[in-house]
Amino acid sequence: MAQAKTKDLPAGANLPFIYREYSAERLKQALHKMYLIRQFEEGAEESYMRGLIHGTMHLSIGQEASAMGICMPLTNDDQITSTHRGHGHCIAKGAEVSKMFAEFFGKTTGYCRGRGGSMHIADVSTGNLGANGIVGGGIPIAVGAALTAKRLKSDRVVISFFGDGANNEGAFHEALNMASLWKLPVIFVCENNGYGMSTSMARSTAVPNVADRAAAYAMPGVIVDGNVLSEVAEASHEAVRRARAGEGPTLIESKTYRYRGHSKSDRNRYRTKEEIDDWMTNRDPIVRYENELMEFGIIDQAGIEAIREAVAKEIADGIEFAKASPSPEIRNLERYVYTETV
Amino acid sequence: MDQAVRELSYAQAIQEAMAIALETDERVFLMGEDIGVYGGAFQVTGDLVERFGADRVIDTPISELGGAGVAVGAAVTGLRPIFEFQFSDFATLAMEQIVNQAAKMRYMLGGAVSVPVVMRFPAGSGTGAAAQHSQSLEAWLGHVPGLKVIQPATPHDVKGMLLAAVADPDPVMIFEHKLLYKTKGPVPEGYYTVPIGKAEIRREGRDLTIVATSIMVHKALEAAKTLEAEGIDVEVVDLRTVRPMDKETVIESVKKTSRLLCVYEGVKTLGVGAEVSAMIAESEAFDFLDAPIVRLGGAETPIPYNPELEKATVPQVPDILAAARSLATGSR
Ligand SMILES: Cc1ncc(C[n+]2csc(CCOP(=O)(O)OP(=O)(O)O)c2C)c(N)n1
Ligand SMILES: [Mg+2]
Repeated sequence: MAQAKTKDLPAGANLPFIYREYSAERLKQALHKMYLIRQFEEGAEESYMRGLIHGTMHLSIGQEASAMGICMPLTNDDQITSTHRGHGHCIAKGAEVSKMFAEFFGKTTGYCRGRGGSMHIADVSTGNLGANGIVGGGIPIAVGAALTAKRLKSDRVVISFFGDGANNEGAFHEALNMASLWKLPVIFVCENNGYGMSTSMARSTAVPNVADRAAAYAMPGVIVDGNVLSEVAEASHEAVRRARAGEGPTLIESKTYRYRGHSKSDRNRYRTKEEIDDWMTNRDPIVRYENELMEFGIIDQAGIEAIREAVAKEIADGIEFAKASPSPEIRNLERYVYTETV
Repeated sequence: MDQAVRELSYAQAIQEAMAIALETDERVFLMGEDIGVYGGAFQVTGDLVERFGADRVIDTPISELGGAGVAVGAAVTGLRPIFEFQFSDFATLAMEQIVNQAAKMRYMLGGAVSVPVVMRFPAGSGTGAAAQHSQSLEAWLGHVPGLKVIQPATPHDVKGMLLAAVADPDPVMIFEHKLLYKTKGPVPEGYYTVPIGKAEIRREGRDLTIVATSIMVHKALEAAKTLEAEGIDVEVVDLRTVRPMDKETVIESVKKTSRLLCVYEGVKTLGVGAEVSAMIAESEAFDFLDAPIVRLGGAETPIPYNPELEKATVPQVPDILAAARSLATGSR
């Protein structure tokens, strides 16, 4: 994937992909959503600290460009499967934060009616087939959804998000093989944040890049800087085109980083503070995107401020909605286990 | 031998057992996801990697099926692996190696090999981790001849049973309830074993037998205290081993009390308590029963995220109290 070297471009030269592809309005919406993802997770984290949310959660703060960039070329009809670190995917695909908070608070107004929580968060109505508590669990499901798309000629594409750790599960390998064999409209998106819990890629994976695995399944393997929105979106755009054209799957490896610990019980003993600080101060995906937008005259400081404020209000309203919502009733404990027949 | 006894947590007791096994037997090694520098998802392995090195405390990739198979292969050829699953739920990814290979290899080869592998499974609900991280699957593995399946309930037992598992020539599956990890109890220093296949009477009583497993043992004991004040004298049997089951201890207890309540966290239908009930119904204790057997097990649902629903999914002390009261006065 061509690196976007915006600083070196003479005026009027080719701009990075998204600035050629999308309207200023769409580009500002993308920034809005990236802020929405970050502030949603900060709000969830704070609610957890205050004891309003129980269990655990996996935050994707620092990975927003990856979720957003992949989803930019998608329509509402396209589908995704997500992971335990799935809040960003859910929002990028179109979910409302109020119903997500309600789910985290265990309420009936939540997307999973209080049954799923953070690890299973999904808005099926916007094409999200589920976050997943099982590493690699969603990958074959995405292939199945792509089989449906092909059989029903729906023109739909399916994205499967997963982490670097998931590439060592058998499900990953079996799924990629079938997808390629049957030329299915599915895109495998590995969000490589360097670690599966405490285990670095170097300590878990026999190849240096997850994208290298693509060769074994005869599909393109593309590496992008996952913290540069345009690069991610461009790779997604091409993979979506391929998939819709019936040319089969693509494996995209989006190199990124999670700022927070793996979950709420991580002491970060496997990485240095310097490493974390470096990513946070020098490669933050939102800061990088904002700087580009300002450089290309798409937004100014006041415009960014306005987005931040609007998002902050959306988050505060979402939390209020969640707090005010009712909890499920115990007598409904066995609901949704099987399909109700009326 | 006089061994000093200290208060240790359940997690510390497991760690101590593994340290003793690593120290005393060169063949022993640990495998699992994030058991090294991370110390294990529940901090059970802790700093063992610093003490014994990365060759004997091995972080695996996220590959449960492959990892379990590697442990089986190493066990068959002379090593003594202790394989940690990050959550017992992930046994489902490794069922092939556990059920088709580890359990049957010795049998299929006509006794030519043994499979001395130990697998540890953090299990159970109560942590808000929802449907895929909260299951109690001991009955699944208990259904497989060739496996031994244990559910120690105390720090003392988990240390002794883990050491017994390491010494055992056959595959032993240990289900450790996550809510037990921080519970404390007396644990002797040094090496000792607690036999696999032997139940323990935790409290003697005349009126009613509660057969409980894992964390339910503690809930049953708590209920028994309340019931004592009401004049109901409860005997609590800690089953400890699901397979092979200690029938004799349970039968003798039921013959004495004539009433049986089974309490277990796994899904009620086809669960551990179903087997205990059927075993009693087939035994000489049947004629002694003064009332129908009662089972309290997990609800017929995946574990929900909402904390109130989650609690309602598995037996709690008030459920045990209510069941015991009506059983104590019920008749056939
Ligand atoms: C089958 C399975 N094994 C292990 C786990 C425990 N676990 C949850 S997330 C995780 C790390 C996943 O790493 P990666 O795929 O890189 O995703 P990331 O957390 O970095 O987003 C592990 C080991 C699990 N949930 N499912
Ligand atoms: Mg990762």
